Amino acid sequence: MKKNWVRKLITIVTMAAALVLVLAGCGNSKSSSSNNPSSVSAIKKKGTIRIAVFGDLPPYGWVNKDGKRVGYDVKLAHQVAKDLGVKVKFVQVNANNRVDALNSNKVDLVLANFTVTPQRKQVVSFAKPYMKVSVGVVSPKNKPVTKVSQLQGKNVIVTKGTTAETYFTTDQKKVKLLKFDSKTQQFNALKNGRGVALADDNSYLYAWSKSNPKYTVGIKSIGPKSYIAPAVKKGNKSLLNWTNKEITKLTKKSYFVNDYNTELKPYFGKEVKPSDIVLPTK
Amino acid sequence: MAHSGISVLFEGTNFMRLLGGLWVTVKIAAVALIFGIILGIILGVLRTFKNRPLRVVLRLYLEFFRVVPTVVLLFLFYYILPRQMNFNLPADQLATLVFVLWVGAEMSDIVRGALISVPRHQIESGKAIGLNRFQLYRYVLIPQSLTLEIPATINLATRVIKTTSILLLISVMDVINIGQQIIEANNHTYPTGVFWVYGLIFLFYFLIDYPLSWWAKRLEKRRLEKANG
Repeated sequence: MKKNWVRKLITIVTMAAALVLVLAGCGNSKSSSSNNPSSVSAIKKKGTIRIAVFGDLPPYGWVNKDGKRVGYDVKLAHQVAKDLGVKVKFVQVNANNRVDALNSNKVDLVLANFTVTPQRKQVVSFAKPYMKVSVGVVSPKNKPVTKVSQLQGKNVIVTKGTTAETYFTTDQKKVKLLKFDSKTQQFNALKNGRGVALADDNSYLYAWSKSNPKYTVGIKSIGPKSYIAPAVKKGNKSLLNWTNKEITKLTKKSYFVNDYNTELKPYFGKEVKPSDIVLPTK
Repeated sequence: MAHSGISVLFEGTNFMRLLGGLWVTVKIAAVALIFGIILGIILGVLRTFKNRPLRVVLRLYLEFFRVVPTVVLLFLFYYILPRQMNFNLPADQLATLVFVLWVGAEMSDIVRGALISVPRHQIESGKAIGLNRFQLYRYVLIPQSLTLEIPATINLATRVIKTTSILLLISVMDVINIGQQIIEANNHTYPTGVFWVYGLIFLFYFLIDYPLSWWAKRLEKRRLEKANG
């Protein structure tokens, strides 16, 4: 008698647990959208904005030896929080999970060197850009390459999967490419003289040539320009509009030139001007 | 390059930050193990019952957590569940939860295996002196299965501690994540820093894991000595 009763109870409990799991799986569509946890009013009410930044990409977003988050993007993040009148909470991301962090409501805003591309535009909303990058070409100072025509028929070093590789394979077919898997390999190849020049994102090359003074970024920008912009979750109009206004306001105040001078200039060396990176004051 | 890469460890608060990261790692692993083992013992006992639906559900649970790689589980709980059902937890609490569920699943199998390998005559003797089911587990099965479980459990513990290294994928500030921050921040000034930072992390993991595996080995040896006289 008693044993039967226990067995029945166990059966009921397990069935109930299985049912809950199934229901939880099905009932997903009703939530979200109705209330937006990342709208400007919601952020103000909470008193904190959660911003995704890099933790390992100097000089844009990194952690210095005192354990503080610093960099060009981080400084902008502090300014954004200040202008919203809220505290800032940083969430560290890497290149692969910037989109997911937004879409799963882990962060309100991404300021992580996020380049605008058509594919990304389909999954997140970009605000106005605050920085521009394009492909640059670095070469030895004693044999500088300053024009693309100098590269025809010569070996140019690139890393696979970069915008530099795409640009040269589609638009500069006369240039021979030597492709490598990592940044370390490509710079070693250049040092060993296996190509006349090396092409990569210009901001990255500026920083590298600063610590390798025998080389110079002879061509600062070729090919299409890409822009780096803040991103919000798709459909978050409230925060998107506010961020657009904020970027316009800060651009007018030359805030980004100032940000450039304090955060990026020490890494980029003298030959780079703020106007190579920062967008013009319209 | 006059300065050696080892000084990267002692610049500013770097060393303290690495220790802080290690604390996060240890804390997550310890909490996950404590709760996971408790959960695993309960589930393991339930799995020896002869109730069919219960066994099927628990078996599904075990297979799910054993077959799906931990990385995928973490991504599922961190990115996909919040999007679907507004289930949002900070990264480190979420990591602990996933690890508890994972340890629970693995542990339930260890416990089940140990319980069913307690000799049959022990159960029958227990029944003969009139123990009910609860007393049978409390006084006969569980105490005797413990010695069989301990080495496998310690083995599981070392695996859990090692697996915390993938937590950086969901932005938990564990020792590996802090290490990478330090490496990247000093890449230009100390190109060899990467060796020292990872070397130190290796040492940290070794100092935690090695005593555990040594202890497991010793217990196993002792058990065999006891069993074989």
